Amino acid sequence: MGSPATGASTWRLLVVTVIILTALAVLPRFVEIYQTQLLTYGLVFAIAALGFNLLLGYTGLLSFGHSAYFGAGAYAVAFIVRDLGVQSMELCILGGLAATILIAALFGFVCVRHTRIFFGILTLALSQVLWSLAFKFFWVTGGTDGIRVASAKLTLYGGLINFAGPGAFQRFVYAYYYYVLALFAVSTVIMWVIVHSPFGKALQAIRDNEVRARFVGISVQRYRWIAFMISGAFTGLAGILWVPLNGLTTPDILYWPFSGEIVFMSVLGGFRTFTGPIVGAVVFNYLKTYAVASTEYWQLLLGLVLVILVMALPTGIVGTVARMTSKLRGRI
Amino acid sequence: MTIFIIQILNSFFYAAVLFLIAAGLSLIYGVMRIVNLAHGTLYALGAYVSAWVVGSALGHAVSGTLGLAGLLLLLPIGAVVVAAVGAVIEPTLLRPLYRRPEEYHLLVTFGLLMIMEDVIKFLFGPTPLTAGLIMDRMGSLPIGLLIYPTYNLVVIATGFFAAIGLWWFIYRTRFGVILRATSQDRRMASALGINVGRVYIQAFAIGCFMAGLGGAIVVPAQAAVLGIGIEVLVLAFVVVVVGGLGSLEGALVGALIVSFVRTAGIQFFPEIELAVLYLIATAVLLVRPTGLFGRA
Repeated sequence: MGSPATGASTWRLLVVTVIILTALAVLPRFVEIYQTQLLTYGLVFAIAALGFNLLLGYTGLLSFGHSAYFGAGAYAVAFIVRDLGVQSMELCILGGLAATILIAALFGFVCVRHTRIFFGILTLALSQVLWSLAFKFFWVTGGTDGIRVASAKLTLYGGLINFAGPGAFQRFVYAYYYYVLALFAVSTVIMWVIVHSPFGKALQAIRDNEVRARFVGISVQRYRWIAFMISGAFTGLAGILWVPLNGLTTPDILYWPFSGEIVFMSVLGGFRTFTGPIVGAVVFNYLKTYAVASTEYWQLLLGLVLVILVMALPTGIVGTVARMTSKLRGRI
Repeated sequence: MTIFIIQILNSFFYAAVLFLIAAGLSLIYGVMRIVNLAHGTLYALGAYVSAWVVGSALGHAVSGTLGLAGLLLLLPIGAVVVAAVGAVIEPTLLRPLYRRPEEYHLLVTFGLLMIMEDVIKFLFGPTPLTAGLIMDRMGSLPIGLLIYPTYNLVVIATGFFAAIGLWWFIYRTRFGVILRATSQDRRMASALGINVGRVYIQAFAIGCFMAGLGGAIVVPAQAAVLGIGIEVLVLAFVVVVVGGLGSLEGALVGALIVSFVRTAGIQFFPEIELAVLYLIATAVLLVRPTGLFGRA
């Protein structure tokens, strides 16, 4: 993470990225439609975890309330589609992002006054405010029934692609996969630029030593606040993209165990690396889907994975793989 | 007027249960600096075990041999079982973590929460368990023109005596002195010859016992269902944040504030009843980060 990007490593990074993106782009031709759908979910969660990790990995703040921003994005889209009759997904994204950033700005303003455990509790308490509102104001939010957002009503790319007529579901799955993939690629690039910009370096300085960062002249609270908003916006985008895929938004995505799942994803992949949360989110999605499908006690399974992970592999998948490859290389 | 008295009694009932949970949470944080996300699930475990014990006892005992007093005495078994579970969890799962950042404490206890939720589902099945028979047998008391279940008064009394007992235990016994010394300076306590590892197990077990007792006494009044632990944890957080993490007095005052606000909320503004509680916690954290009774 810390090493300066030299010419050679930038090239290698670019090549690897192109290969991965190409592989992701051609994948739907070779797998079943269900797998494509599953991977879309994985990419959506990857955006969420990417945003979350700007706070945990780069700013050193553990939020236990990121369900708030995921849910805010999701509910904003549901309201926009249901109450304003908007069909264009692009307008939904704009509206949803505006709503999420507003809430993240408000909550962030409060939360960045604290660090460590109090930051975690504050973010959790505030996210539960939103949950309780979505839960209780059932005549607005549908309560536990949630709000249905039919994918057939939406259009992509400013109305170029719509989903009316026969075979709509299949067309939606494929079109939406590429839509999410494109936004995922854009989000990843933006996040990469952010964490490698002077702003990103300042966040890392704050993470490593707050007092010194302040001495250097960084206004710590304001930087944390901005990071909080960016983080919320990314997670909000994930919530926005998740709604048409899921077809329904319920208070579950605002409830605090969902925040725990976002934390889980980042730790699974390794929050000390840039790619960790992405890998973690995709893997977590597969893990959870298959655990739920194969046993009634999937929570037990995931809980065991989490405990073992923290005890034995605190650097996550990416960190462990990196360590193993460098060991292998050293031997050769 | 009668309604008013009943609402106050309801608040005390609720405060008693919340205090038991929050005091355990606070004690564990105070001594070990661990925020236990699985604490609510320990409460749920206590409720399930007690309901199961009472239910099986009723099923197996010859009718009439098991009096009301016998059933009441069976209830605390849930708390003892939870304490035993805690005594196993602390040395195996938590001890390796004390030297690591707080993030890992949250993660491991979150994993523990997931595991225990499913263990409860595995052991007791997905159907709710209740010990409502105890409540029925105890009957009710007339208050004005209305009646009030006698059992609720037992719960209030339990909460009251638990508060006094815990206070006496921590401030008036030798073990309490050792506990407070360990919480203030772990290394100094260790240098003075205190077996810190044992104190940690005992403190964690006591905290778990409190949570389990909360579950045990609530189960005759409310059924144990899946997910009650997750729900109650956030409320316990509100209590300890308002009162101050690690403070016993804080847990008591916080529990009273939360339950009175909640009772009033359900009566007057039911839609935002929960939101108000979380906002109160936020406000307290902003104005007094250490809570009303917390130390810096």
